Parts: sequence; structure tokens; C-alpha cells
Amino acid sequence: MKQVTVPFLVMLAKVLSGATVRWVDCEPDTCQRVYFANHTSHLDALVLWASLPKPIRALTRPVAAADYWEGGPVRRYMAKSFNALLIDRTKIKVHNSPIDMMIRSIGDTESLIVFPEGGRNHQPEMKPFKSGLFYLAKKRPDLELVPVYIDNLNRVMPKGQFLPVPLLSCISIGAPMWLESGEKKVSFLKRARQAVLDMKDGSDNEF
Amino acid sequence: MFVLALNFQNVVPATANSDQLFDFWTTLLMLAMLVVLALLLLVGQFLKRQPESVFDPAIVRTFNKRVVTWLTICVLLVVSLLFNRTVTVVLFGLISLWALREFITMTPTRRGDHGTLAWLIFGFTPLQYIMVAMNLYDFYTIVIPVYASLFIPARIAFTGDHKRFLERSAKIQFGLLICVYALSHTPALLYLELETYDRVTQTKIPWTGKTAGLLFFFIVIVQVSDMLHFVWDRLAGKHVIAPGINTTKTWEGVIGSACCTALVGILLQFVTPFTWYGAGFMALIISVMASSGSMTMSAIKRDRGVRDYGTLVQGHAGVLDRIDSMCFAAPIFFHATRFFLNAN
Repeated sequence: MKQVTVPFLVMLAKVLSGATVRWVDCEPDTCQRVYFANHTSHLDALVLWASLPKPIRALTRPVAAADYWEGGPVRRYMAKSFNALLIDRTKIKVHNSPIDMMIRSIGDTESLIVFPEGGRNHQPEMKPFKSGLFYLAKKRPDLELVPVYIDNLNRVMPKGQFLPVPLLSCISIGAPMWLESGEKKVSFLKRARQAVLDMKDGSDNEF
Repeated sequence: MFVLALNFQNVVPATANSDQLFDFWTTLLMLAMLVVLALLLLVGQFLKRQPESVFDPAIVRTFNKRVVTWLTICVLLVVSLLFNRTVTVVLFGLISLWALREFITMTPTRRGDHGTLAWLIFGFTPLQYIMVAMNLYDFYTIVIPVYASLFIPARIAFTGDHKRFLERSAKIQFGLLICVYALSHTPALLYLELETYDRVTQTKIPWTGKTAGLLFFFIVIVQVSDMLHFVWDRLAGKHVIAPGINTTKTWEGVIGSACCTALVGILLQFVTPFTWYGAGFMALIISVMASSGSMTMSAIKRDRGVRDYGTLVQGHAGVLDRIDSMCFAAPIFFHATRFFLNAN
């Protein structure tokens, strides 16, 4: 079953998003990475995951909100197909933080896709990053942190919409970065956010 | 439903006696078109291997890109025509969707427009092509210019977002009109029932040629016009029409290509129902409209600050770049043909 639905899902994501993938100062690699991107649409995780080359895709897990992806059998099945790591935002506890969960689940082979803005963003401006990325980088300094800018996908399927409008979107993947030794949380998160913004090119298509 | 059923009855006999889309002359033109494009492809590959000092590589690249897109479109068109007219209509529907996708991607819209855009893609575009395939001339000529142009602003108004309301409505309406409505007149040529004037008996008789020939005539003329425009601009271009919009398009290009295209039109008269001067005149109109089309699309691209729709999102072949001239010429050619030669 999965052999059929996964390629189908990947194809559907590619057709609907019309995504072009630009690897800027970054090569596709199966080493352990954390792709962090701006978040504007439900499709973000799926499309970014689908646009990675197949061997990398097999080793990459998007981190997604459990409350959305467990709402209904179709979504649950889709989340399972693209190997999502679902985080329940309502049940975050100190001894079982999502960061520990992520680190445990990737072991020393898998990569992650995260959206450090927290929830989806509906403003043209990117929200400040939440601190998760910082703690992830602190606990696993060996992970390559790769900034990704997802352009135009918010127009394909904005919040609360049912039908996607298949426009053309663009995914820009930038140079990997790491947490500098002794770097403060605030300045690191700012630097990471700027790295994502730097990947953005061209004008805004939403006004 | 009653109206539809009635129209179907009118359509069926026409479909029955024109199930063969090709005759000798149409096939000849079709093969000639493919051979010429294939030769141009070879020429392009040859030019690419020349040292940069001889030919500007940027021009060679543009040339090659154009030839490849046109060859793809023509091969797809021929293959679709080998099936039947409906497959051709579906092909044009898909081209329309792709062009619309490029157009809307480039055009700023707001979140409130999402529902309207979904209506365009899942509603009006399929509807337009279904009506073309059913030969419902009375409907497909008015649904988009009248009903859709009323529907779009209303649908946007109902979402409650008033910011730049008129601008958004106009942009969406324009995209639909150019990418879908105008282009849909190209496959609609296949459904025309025409008659010609017989000099001997001095009466009107049904045209015995194939409408596929008319379609090929149109497409070949548009391509020839584009190519001649390019050549005239390079060789004789002096007076740039509007430097703020396009620095390469010149008056010499427009006039030169229109005159030369008219001559090509006369040569291709054998696949059309036109007289020799009629074919020349039609080719002239197509060429002028094609030039207007690419000027208009250049203006839009300039306004949005993109060079072409292809580079808008890297890696995509800009379909809209190639078909802009066809979009502008199609409704005019269709209506001119229908006005002079329609059988009903």
C-alpha cells in the first residue's frame, strides 16, 4: 500500500506546488541535518519533504503539529506516509520536551524538518523564531542546520482553505550553519532567522 | 438541459462527417512544419557549438529555447489531432491552465482571493474548454467576458477584503481572459463549419478542406510572425517602439514581419478556405495581433519586474512567454474567419 501511496503523494505535492528547488551554497547530502524553514501553509512540511531527493527523503522526518495531522483518518495516514514526527503541542512537559523526543527519534541517521516560527504565519513578515532550534543545536552540535525559504506556498493553500490553487512555488535551500561556541540564544535565533530571509529572492507576491 | 440537448443534435452530424481530420494538404503542411522545426533545432545545436565571438550566446539560447518549446507544442498538437478534436481541446485546456498558473504566480493577490482563484482553475477553465468541445459557440463566447467578469469582483467582495479591490479583480479577470478565453479560440477553429464562394457557379458551397488545416495555418503563421519579428528587429530595427517596455521591439520589426508574414500566408493558402488575398490578409492580421500580444505581455512583465515568465520561478519553461502572441491573435483570427465564411 505504502509503495503506491507515497510516490503518489510525492507527485501530487510536486504538481500542486509546482515547486522549483534551488540548492544555493548547499549540496544534497544524507548526513544528519536539520532543515529549518518559514511556515505559511499546511503544505509546507509535505512539499519540502517531497522536494528532497529520494535517498534523503527516506532519512528525513518533518516535525509537525499533532493536533492538525491527527485530525481525521486521511491526514493521519498522510502524516504516516511522509514519516512525520508529530508533536502534541498541548502535552509539552519538562521531562518529556519535544527536543528530547526529536533527538531520540532521529538517532544518528535521520534528519529533521522543523518550522521554528511555531505556528503557521499569516503575516507577510516572518515571526521571530522560538527557542527550540537553539536547544536542538546545543544538545546536538554535530547536526548541520540548513536554512530553507519556502516562497509562494501560502498562496497555494492558505489557512482554512480546502482546495489548493496550484500556483508555482519555490524552495531555496541555503548554506548549512552551526551554533557558534558561546553564542547567546537571542543572537543565534536572530542569525538563523536572517539566514532563512537571505534565501528569499524576488518580490512579494502577496500584498 | 433542453438547450444543451438541442445543441448536441446539431453537433452530432457535423462530428460524424468530419471524423477524418487530415487531408493531403493538411498532412503536407503538418509534416513540413515538423521538418522545419527539427531543422531549426539542429541549426540551434550547431550555433551553440560555435565560438562566442561569432554569435551572441544569449541570443542562441533564446533561439534554442523557443524552438524547443514550439517543437514540443507542435508534436503534442499533432499527436492529439491523430486521436480526435476533443483530445486537442483538452491539450489546449492544459496549456491554458499552465499559462494561468504562471500569470497568477506573477500577479500579486491577497489571501482573500484564494477562493476566486480556485473558481478560475477548477471552474471557469474546464467549463470554457468543455463548451468549446461541445461547440456551444453562443456560450463560450460570453461566459468569461460577461459572467466571469461579474462573478470575480462579487466573489472577492464576499470575502470582505477591500484592499486594492479593483486592482485585484482586474488582474484576475485579465489573466482569465488572456490565458483561457483567448487561447480557447485556437482549438475552437476545429469546429468551424465554413463555406467558400464558387466562381464558376457563382454560389456559396461548403468548404471541403479540413479545419485542422486552418489550425495549422494559424499556428504556423504565429510562429513565422514571431520569428520574422525577431529577424527584422535584429537586421533592420532602428525605431524602438517603447524603450520603457521592450528595448528590442521596433517599428521595423512590426511592419516588416507583418508584410513578410502576409507573403507566407499567401503561400499557405492551399490549406485554408480563403482566396489568396484573403489568406494574405488573415496572415497580416495575425502578425499584427501577435506583435500586440507580445508588447502587452512585455508591459505586464516590466510592471512586475520580471524578465520572462520562465525565470519567474527558476527551471520552468515559460509557457506564457511562448503563447502570448497566439493568445492575442486567436480570437481575432477565429472571428474574422467566422464572420466572412461561416456556413450557418
